[in-house]
Amino acid sequence: MSAVVSEHDDHHADDHHDHGPAKGLLRWIITTNHKDIGTLYLLFALAMFFVGGAMAMVIRAELFEPGLQFVDPAFFNSMTTMHALVMVFGAVMPAFVGLANWQIPLMIGAADMALPRMNNMSFWMLVAGVLLLASTLFMEGGAPNGGWTLYPPLVLQPITVGKAMPFAVFSVHLLGISSIMGAINIIATIFNMRAKSMKMMDMPLFVWTWLITAFLLIAVMPVFAGAVTMLLTDKFFHTSFFNAAGGGDPVLYQHIFWFFGHPEVYIMILPTFGVASTIIPVFARKPLFGYASMVWATGSIAFLSFIVWAHHMFTVGMPIAGELYFMYATMIIAVPTGVKVFNWTATMWKGAMTFETPMLFSIAFVVLFTMGGFTGLMMSIAPTDFQYHDTYFIVAHFHYTLVPASVFILMAAGYFWLPKWTGHMYNEKIGQLHFWLSVISVNILFFPQHFLGLAGMPRRIPDYAVQFADWNMISSVGGFIFGISQLLFLYIVIDTIKGGTGEKVSDEVWEDAAQHSLEWTLPSPLPYHTWTTPPTSVPTEHVLDAH
Amino acid sequence: MSTNTAYYIPHKATWPVIGTAGLMTMLAGFANLLNGSSIGPALMVVGLLIFVTMLVGWFTLQAKESESGMYNHDVGISYRMGMMWFIFSEIVFFAVFFGTLWYTRNLSVPWLGEEIPKMAKETAEAYFGTGNSGFTAHWPTNGPGKLVDGAISSKGEFEPMGAWGLPFLNTLILLTSGVSCTWAHHGLLAKNREQLIKGLIVTVALGFLFVACQAIEYHEAYTEMGLTLGSGIYGSTFFMLTGFHGFHVCVGAIILSVVLFRSAKGHFKPENHFAFEAAAWYWHFVDVVWLGLFIFVYLM
Repeated sequence: MSAVVSEHDDHHADDHHDHGPAKGLLRWIITTNHKDIGTLYLLFALAMFFVGGAMAMVIRAELFEPGLQFVDPAFFNSMTTMHALVMVFGAVMPAFVGLANWQIPLMIGAADMALPRMNNMSFWMLVAGVLLLASTLFMEGGAPNGGWTLYPPLVLQPITVGKAMPFAVFSVHLLGISSIMGAINIIATIFNMRAKSMKMMDMPLFVWTWLITAFLLIAVMPVFAGAVTMLLTDKFFHTSFFNAAGGGDPVLYQHIFWFFGHPEVYIMILPTFGVASTIIPVFARKPLFGYASMVWATGSIAFLSFIVWAHHMFTVGMPIAGELYFMYATMIIAVPTGVKVFNWTATMWKGAMTFETPMLFSIAFVVLFTMGGFTGLMMSIAPTDFQYHDTYFIVAHFHYTLVPASVFILMAAGYFWLPKWTGHMYNEKIGQLHFWLSVISVNILFFPQHFLGLAGMPRRIPDYAVQFADWNMISSVGGFIFGISQLLFLYIVIDTIKGGTGEKVSDEVWEDAAQHSLEWTLPSPLPYHTWTTPPTSVPTEHVLDAH
Repeated sequence: MSTNTAYYIPHKATWPVIGTAGLMTMLAGFANLLNGSSIGPALMVVGLLIFVTMLVGWFTLQAKESESGMYNHDVGISYRMGMMWFIFSEIVFFAVFFGTLWYTRNLSVPWLGEEIPKMAKETAEAYFGTGNSGFTAHWPTNGPGKLVDGAISSKGEFEPMGAWGLPFLNTLILLTSGVSCTWAHHGLLAKNREQLIKGLIVTVALGFLFVACQAIEYHEAYTEMGLTLGSGIYGSTFFMLTGFHGFHVCVGAIILSVVLFRSAKGHFKPENHFAFEAAAWYWHFVDVVWLGLFIFVYLM
């Protein structure tokens, strides 16, 4: 662990004069500063949130009424596929990596990430991967339209992919390289750059959850890379991995994909838990309830994520023993997840709560994520899953765990830390308006999809039977309101960066926040370099009951 | 020992974005090539050149910084952690293909052996070709369709790769290279530069010899044994596993060549030689994967 930190220029290794950012646009291309790279990740994720969101608007517009109105079915399927890929790999994951870049060094008293050059490279690999993926939108045959899971044999048919297939595969490779480099950096930073005064069980929950997430990333991104590599060779090099005529098996792809895919789900939710565990104690003005159990619950969820993958495949044909095993193993996840929900609730219990925008989003997260968790429990039951599989019920389920959970918490994180990063206060009135519009519309958008799914409406279909018309129309209206409401967030982000309310925020920003975590002891706005001398003591308010 | 007490944080980095551009161009070129577009190969070459330039430039910079004592003990720890988890991710990548071999061999092929004889003759022939209505599960197999170059055939036959010819020789070669690599490491620690360089020369030479033997093996498979990537699931798993491994041997041998080059220039000290360690770790990793291959692909 470092005592003092030196900053160097690539080309003037021994010069100590210039420690500020480079001038002009070049600053953002060649930066190795964790705050700059965090900003790049967050802005890129925000842009992709609107790109993916626009695709969702196309989907909801087409589904507003039965019949085909605006787009042809193949393009509709491209939209469902690309919406998922862009949101998962372009928006949610990069947004959390952006938060990790900003917050982890600040929270553990480190001057920067452990491997700053590689940090720069992981961001640009992400951009390269998304560019390759996005380029398929303009190709003959259009973007991939076989679903984000890229199942064979569908995805190997010429009609399904046109020219897009190899670009999608290489895009996954680049995104994987990006994620693995980012994860390695986070692990090295937490283990090697942490202030000596901070023990592992002193680390803020956000740092803990990201540490565990980083291990998940290293363990599963290569699995996805391997799976799509086999798709590529099956398509172009005559291999038979997923071809029964050659002795292979298309179901094998599903096993490999979901061995990646299920941990991937937790890669998006564990940092969400970490941010929620950071925000709720500040506004409840209490230490986090059950710090140690939060850490263990996170580890348990991560472990379980590796041994439950085939619950995505109950209807595909599995021996009954497999169905039973994956059913019970999946149900066990409800235990550590329940511990977390209980702890958040107990943290708020008898707290001196105030309801600023970050807290509002966090409370909505606790309630609505629990909702998504319950529907997940319903689907873990193999016999009932036969009814829910590939219907709008699953669409409602995972959107509840992603939108009012991961996305809401990302919004909360933005409201919570933007004042610290920029030194400007956001407009609380508009923030709360954004919250209420979002929380109401997200339920109008996704709640009716439960009913549609239970009634049997299949997902990934541009048209539907008239019996589904009413709820689809309501869902679409909710979707449009939700989509437009997010422009408020864009406005607030820009406004806050440019000066916000004009009110100068204190170093703590939020009352007594410095008792919870290190970043609030630094000046606002944060200087370009922080913790060049590591902190000698760390706040332990948040871990009171761990000692 | 490094003269720098502070954790070195570079202020700017130009190589990462250049390398990314190179890799992206290369992959875009490959995708174009696969789609039959004539611009593909040119893009690949341009991308490769940019990528190689980045590798040379970036590693030269790192070597210069390391030799001038800019990396303290903690920087070394970060690099070691980075290399360790990178190798872990590589192990996972190989595990996918080992898992595929296990799954097809023990699950999907036996299932096909149970189900296909129960199918109506016409149905089976519609799926797997004329004359292919029956299928007995056995390994190695090119599937019920008796695949030749990925196409269904009525009399596709191939010879599986035996373990005791070139593959066994390659096992000895790689194990010996692991020993010579460790011998070189001992030389480095004992400040015996001559032993370091000799050990590395032997290791690199054995590495490329391995690749040469594998090239001969592939040539025999394609020209004499009827064994190709398109020979059903056996050919798929055989070439995918050994091919990716061979690629990693090439990469490892190139890394060791760079280390050899640096050793000849007088780089590395007993207490500061991360690049050597990283290369050696990588080499042992490649070695262990080969042992897995020899057992599960060739022997069993």
